[in-house]
Amino acid sequence: MMRTSDLVSSASRALRANPMRSALTALGVIIGVASVVAMVALGSGAQAQVERSIASLGSNLLIVVPGSMRGAGGVRGQAGAGGGFDSLTLNDAEAIAQLDGVAAVAPSQRARAQIIANGLNWNPEVNGVTPDFLIARDWEIAQGRMFDETEERQARRIIVLGNTVAENLFPNMDPVGQTVRMNGGAYEVIGVLETKGQSGFQDQDDIVLAPLTTVKRRIAGRRGRGDTVSQISVTAESEQALSRLQEDVENLLRQRHRTREGEDDFTVQNLSSITETAAQTTGVFTALLGGISAVSLLVGGIGIMNIMLVSVTERTREIGLRKALGARQSDILHQFGLEAVTLSVAGGIIGLVIGVAGAWGMTTLFNLPLVVSALNAGLAIAFSGLVGVVFGAYPAWRAAKLDPIEALRRE
Amino acid sequence: MPLIEANNVTKLYRMGDETVHALAGVSFSIPQRDYCAIVGPSGSGKSTLMNILGGLDTPSGGRITIAGNDIGEMTDDDLAAFRNQTVGFIFQSFNLLPRLTALENVELPMIYGGVLPKERHERAAALLQRVGLGERMGHRPTQLSGGQQQRVAIARALAGKPALILADEPTGALDSNTGIEILALFSQLNREGATIVIVTHDHDVARSTKRTIEMRDGYIVSDQLNDRSERHDAHV
Repeated sequence: MMRTSDLVSSASRALRANPMRSALTALGVIIGVASVVAMVALGSGAQAQVERSIASLGSNLLIVVPGSMRGAGGVRGQAGAGGGFDSLTLNDAEAIAQLDGVAAVAPSQRARAQIIANGLNWNPEVNGVTPDFLIARDWEIAQGRMFDETEERQARRIIVLGNTVAENLFPNMDPVGQTVRMNGGAYEVIGVLETKGQSGFQDQDDIVLAPLTTVKRRIAGRRGRGDTVSQISVTAESEQALSRLQEDVENLLRQRHRTREGEDDFTVQNLSSITETAAQTTGVFTALLGGISAVSLLVGGIGIMNIMLVSVTERTREIGLRKALGARQSDILHQFGLEAVTLSVAGGIIGLVIGVAGAWGMTTLFNLPLVVSALNAGLAIAFSGLVGVVFGAYPAWRAAKLDPIEALRRE
Repeated sequence: MPLIEANNVTKLYRMGDETVHALAGVSFSIPQRDYCAIVGPSGSGKSTLMNILGGLDTPSGGRITIAGNDIGEMTDDDLAAFRNQTVGFIFQSFNLLPRLTALENVELPMIYGGVLPKERHERAAALLQRVGLGERMGHRPTQLSGGQQQRVAIARALAGKPALILADEPTGALDSNTGIEILALFSQLNREGATIVIVTHDHDVARSTKRTIEMRDGYIVSDQLNDRSERHDAHV
């Protein structure tokens, strides 16, 4: 019975005898593991990025918009455009604010407007909001200040710029205190929002916040008449309260709008469920990438098997001699098996390093977070070991089963 | 009790529809400290007999015991342990592993015997001294002459402290002077207590031993003690 240390030194000696061959054989596994690690890291990075950008919209957030997104409701919403898109009102917002578990309610009115300042012009989304909008969307002011409720009610001509708008209209200049022209009127910039970054393909910072009343009266045009709003942001006090609050909001609005379930003229979007769906989608994407690269690991394993079979044939006489000197079948089996596993695990470790480096390069290139978990790294190594066992087993078995008399006769 | 006791041992091979009797029923016994040659032309069954004596093959019928081991009753692992502990093989083409040094080649059977590294080194070094290669322990086989390689192989055969040394045409690949040196080494080992069986088709080699068993067509056709004076002739 062979001692483990002798087994290891014998295997490493055999591998070092053909360094080029060993390196090329391991290369198959190196490429396989590297691509699996890099692809899974890239996918996980994309997943983390999606979750992060959705979370940046605000936590525990429900967004109520007019029109139905479900079933035939969409058609109805379009057909009755008069009622469909104007179905949400300020009174709805006030009623929602009375519900249990509500932290903040912020009705808003969207509009498009051209802004001119400094000889430059820009076409951002103009959002008429109440001061609570910042609380609901978990947003901070970077410079200057937000308007208060009094200013909002008075429909003052003051605005807060998103970072993208500020940079484009006032390059190298403090925008706070400056005056811009919007739809023919003059507005004073009183603050700049902090950067939120991209959400999907949309730049969240390409926005201008103005008092809701101001937007409804002066900018939104026909859309702004009456007390309708284009969106109501609702935040729950806690994550646990979120889904109950969603139901409560839906029931409340059905009561107020006298609609039945399935015929809603509004939609409540739950961001955490959107996050979940998006995470699932990118998760599938990750699994797909990993699965495709696993094929290359399989090819690497077949490479190991091929070389081990060649090696067994080449060393037939040596195997016969070792058996004549007292090697048991299990000794030969372990010896050749260990050579295969050593090749694949060494390839796995090198592949992991290269894969992490590659993932770092790609995530840097695509501006994604780098996600490499110890679990994934461990799995990559363990899996490459498994490849060695699976693909080394047959050649090792062939070696172990060789008839020593036949093997010694071989030239 | 003799070291080897063979009783009507047969070995059959199937070749297509034909059955070949490599051993048609041989009986003999070899005592401890014997030095014996098995001779015969190719196809006489001497190689088959040597494979069975060495635990590389098992008989189809009859019974053969070597140092108390019944070869026909042993499992694969038993046979491996038997080859490791009870016999020492010496081959015509030396069969040294080219990547290993002389010392490492001698250590090889002890690795399979589970001997600790320190003891292995010491024993292998002592054995190489004994066959006259104390100065060449770190050499690889390609750096050694044929006679030196066969000495390494003899040291390797002795490594497991075997009860029986089996040599298959040990001088077949050597020039005659070197062959005589190797046979002298066998005689010396035999005087020191080793039991040695040489398989050969060379009658000069056979005459250097104490006893010659001659085989033909799977049978033993003669078994006689060699004349001592003739044995000395072989040394000249």
